[in-house]
Amino acid sequence: MNKITLDVWVGILVAIGIVALFGLATKVGNLTSNNIKNTYSINAYFENIGGLKPRAPVKSAGVVVGRVQSIIFDTEAYHAVVNINIDGRYVFPKDTFANIYTAGLLGEQYIALEAGGDLENLAPGDRITQTQDAVVLEKLISQFLYNSASEGGK
Amino acid sequence: MIRLGAGTRLFFLILIYSADSFKRIHLIIKEIYFIGVLSLVIIIVSAFFVGMVLGLQGYYTLEKYGSSEAIGVLVALSLVRELGPVVTALLFAGRAGTAITAEIGLMKATEQLSAMEMMAVSPVARIIAPRFWAGIISMPLLASIFSMVGVLGGYLIAVPIIGVDDGAFWSQMQANVDFSNDIIDGVIKSVVFGFACTMIALFEGFDAPPTAEGVSHATTRTVVISSLAVLGLDFVLTSFMFV
Repeated sequence: MNKITLDVWVGILVAIGIVALFGLATKVGNLTSNNIKNTYSINAYFENIGGLKPRAPVKSAGVVVGRVQSIIFDTEAYHAVVNINIDGRYVFPKDTFANIYTAGLLGEQYIALEAGGDLENLAPGDRITQTQDAVVLEKLISQFLYNSASEGGK
Repeated sequence: MIRLGAGTRLFFLILIYSADSFKRIHLIIKEIYFIGVLSLVIIIVSAFFVGMVLGLQGYYTLEKYGSSEAIGVLVALSLVRELGPVVTALLFAGRAGTAITAEIGLMKATEQLSAMEMMAVSPVARIIAPRFWAGIISMPLLASIFSMVGVLGGYLIAVPIIGVDDGAFWSQMQANVDFSNDIIDGVIKSVVFGFACTMIALFEGFDAPPTAEGVSHATTRTVVISSLAVLGLDFVLTSFMFV
């Protein structure tokens, strides 16, 4: 085997390897989809975030407009502070409403933003106070049981 | 214990002589050809079948829960995180590791290594170090190819044959496979496995008694120890990475 053919074959191996890694990154992984530049961050305060995780999508009208950056617990107000990065192309009014919803029956949780009617827009670093917590199944069930029990008593 | 110490000594010798072997890069390229390029066929064929089996089995289970669209995630995550690096390393140990051990063991048995030392050529620089680096370079490339071909195999079963929705297959996969967490960790795993497999193969060859029986035993040990090392390391790495 002469040296040129050897080099060509090794070159082919390296090329296929890099193409495969690139394919994994773009086609299988989320390198392209989460590569939003020009984001601004806002904070949302929730009483209960349920199973929300960092990097969960933030959607408005079903369109992904950003991602959850970090979730911390505020020991002064005993609230969860969710830091959200929003794509710089999208602006939201100051009285935007943030809900935590679940995608599908068993799916992951995400934040849905519902735009309000304020004339001013959210600026970087602003906080959203109008929020709706994640639905906790036990609370829902106990509420349901309580209601049906009180109805049965009538 | 003695063998572990001797193995570590060989590793440091390799590091010391690596500069020499990087100067003669064509030696490394030649070894990448033997270790990497010639393993391509077995890697691609087995990746394709592993991907197809994952597609079939995954569909069978997921369909019971009415979430057969998640099959893309299942196939991609199991390949990228576990099966890609591990199966590649096992095949690599069987295909390339044994060849390395047998070759070096035979060189020792026929006193080629001693002859080199007589000519003031270090066998570590000329024979061992190029194979070591070739193994470490080849392994991540082969593992990436394995994962990608496996995903394509799973796609072939899931989308055209079973009829899972094309868009859901890819979009669920992209939503749930993370580049830095899953793919890069898979690559790190394959580098570690490449190191372990090549090092074990080299050491067993170098340490083999210079007889026909000694070389055959060393080759067997290469496969056994490499496989166990890969599976053990995989457990350790997984518990570090994906907790």
